[in-house]
Amino acid sequence: MTRTASPTAGLPVSDADPFSHEVLEDPLPLHEQLREAGPVTWLSRYDVHALARYEEVHAALVDWQQFQSAAGVGLSNFRTEEPWRPPSLLLEADPPRHDAPRRVLTAVLGPRALRQLRERWAADAEELVDQVLAEGTEFDAVPALSQAFPLRVFPDAVGLGPDGRENLLPYGDHAFNAFGPPNDLVARGAPRVAELSAWVGEQCRRESLAEGGFGAAIWAAADRGDLTPQQAPLVVRSLLTAGVDTTVHGISAVLYAFATNPAQWARLRADPGLARVAFDEAIRWESPVQTFFRTTTTAVRIGETVVPEGHKVLMFLAAANRDPRRWTAPDAFDLGRDPSGHVGFGMGLHQCVGQHVARLEAESVLTALARRVARIELAGPTRRHHNNTLRAWDSLPMSVELA
Amino acid sequence: MLGVQQRRAGGTGVDRAVVRVEEKTPVADGVVTLTLAAPDGGRLPDWTPGAHVDLTLDNGLTRQYSLCGDRWDARSYRVGVLLEPAGRGGSAYVHEQLEPGHVVGLGGPRNNFPLVPADSYLFVAGGIGITPILPMVVQAELLGADWRLLYGGRQRSSMAFLDELAAHGGRVQVRPQEEHGLLDLPGFLGEPRAGTRVYGCGPAPLLGAIERACAGWPPHTLHTERFVAAERGAPVRTTPFEVELHRSGRTVVVAPGTSVLDAIAGAGVEVLSSCRQGTCGTCETTVLAGQPDHRDALLDDEERAAADCMYPCVSRSCSDRLVLDL
Repeated sequence: MTRTASPTAGLPVSDADPFSHEVLEDPLPLHEQLREAGPVTWLSRYDVHALARYEEVHAALVDWQQFQSAAGVGLSNFRTEEPWRPPSLLLEADPPRHDAPRRVLTAVLGPRALRQLRERWAADAEELVDQVLAEGTEFDAVPALSQAFPLRVFPDAVGLGPDGRENLLPYGDHAFNAFGPPNDLVARGAPRVAELSAWVGEQCRRESLAEGGFGAAIWAAADRGDLTPQQAPLVVRSLLTAGVDTTVHGISAVLYAFATNPAQWARLRADPGLARVAFDEAIRWESPVQTFFRTTTTAVRIGETVVPEGHKVLMFLAAANRDPRRWTAPDAFDLGRDPSGHVGFGMGLHQCVGQHVARLEAESVLTALARRVARIELAGPTRRHHNNTLRAWDSLPMSVELA
Repeated sequence: MLGVQQRRAGGTGVDRAVVRVEEKTPVADGVVTLTLAAPDGGRLPDWTPGAHVDLTLDNGLTRQYSLCGDRWDARSYRVGVLLEPAGRGGSAYVHEQLEPGHVVGLGGPRNNFPLVPADSYLFVAGGIGITPILPMVVQAELLGADWRLLYGGRQRSSMAFLDELAAHGGRVQVRPQEEHGLLDLPGFLGEPRAGTRVYGCGPAPLLGAIERACAGWPPHTLHTERFVAAERGAPVRTTPFEVELHRSGRTVVVAPGTSVLDAIAGAGVEVLSSCRQGTCGTCETTVLAGQPDHRDALLDDEERAAADCMYPCVSRSCSDRLVLDL
């Protein structure tokens, strides 16, 4: 990068590293610092502008005209740097190329398309919860529920074969690390990239995908001409990249929230219809997807600052979701709150296309758990899982009291 | 005066159910374009080429118009309106009474006529059927596709947007009937081949002719959109209606200017929502009885007719009473 760093006079500057282990362990202090510093802050270490307030993050998310995605939604600028894999046709694309893949996937994963999965996933969740509780009332919720449920229902819904499903989590974990700088987290994933990418690529082929699944529906769209045969496997790849880790961490987030807020669990048990709201409130509160980047397509004024064209802008979704300018008592996990409008799923034309899938998975697990479990609490030291983009848990020891 | 101006913003979003006429411009004999903007000047919902909006006019009619502006301009829509003396009054109202500053109801945008990916496109437009095609040719150009447009009309002076199309040079063939007779579709389309998509929009006889001309082409080649009057179970209302929340046993009155979502929240029943533009689907709610006035971008015509669900962030009611499963 040859441009000398000379931020606008008066622009707050921070030399913090949002991708350091210290911040990944507890990002809340940095988020508050950036939010309070001003509408935009210059991160000197990476030469990017950071947005941490709700208003500015929301505005950047919906403004695809001035904040593009096709130059990559990580730190790497695809205009000058080679992406680690062929760019996503959804996440890393702008209109007009974004239109057709988005249209197809919106239909495949839409709320109406998911209606037929509701009963099956509810039954699957009850079966899983029964299995877990049959083995005891103390368990690690991350492998037992957060990972087990999505890995049980999502690959089937996509239409994947039985072999190699253990590759999904490490592949997704690496993909989300790769949005950050090339730090130790990326280096740790690098040795398996070729192997995991080859497996994922294999699953995206028409022949690998069972009839009736999301994958087959994507290929059917290609048969109708709504996608090209070259686009179809990359659209399937988006499901496999973004559809597993995110829901795992989302379910962990809501389980942790309940374990540490027993009054809210009682509230859910009294009114199980709150499961959907509970999940979105947990997405707001914990923001499993913490950050994404955009790239300016023109000089953009934010507050008193003009961000030059072609510049990376880092949006702190998690900080926006706890901005006291937007949320009352933002640090509270509160089922009485209306979390509508949070940016944990993004906003605008790139908003999470799988959000209805995530909600249905979480709602299934919470409903099944609320039926059987009267109290839920932490039973030992928890352990975070560090990822450059995701806020996650490796371990959540819990003990429950049966209803 | 128009009775729908005093809408309040819900949540953090701005009410998207109305737009204000910013400009009204004659662009050809019998054709005006309207430039529409949000009353607060904010962003309008995103759209893709081929999309249309429902405009609810002050005379109670709802009409669908293709968006023919620039989607990179997030703050305005442009539609083209042909005066149809034999029509049911929508176009006459737009031509004769609608003026800059007036506010009209907005539904959508929805797209039943999307541009699918292809190496090459053949566009055929008849008369005002040019409106959805106009952003498509811009998009085909951006995508680096090979494309050509055959544009027919009664006479040159009645054909809109010739100045804008002139920029595309030889890709555009302008063929007024007065000078050239009927469009030579077989000559324009050539031999059937794979990898090409044909898009047609215009009056029914032209679409029939395109369908016949494309009979020998591979399946899924032809995409057409017919201009037909929107059929609705009941006229769009500008008066309050009741929403009964079946499970919670409450009933709320929804006044003009208040979204169903906000009215429900006012009764203490929260419905999770997100985009507040009828695009994300988060607030989908089951309709047990009544006829929703669908304003979203999600449901297709069949799903709308089924009247079994709605998106209360933007959609309203045609009937006096809606019963929702809430």
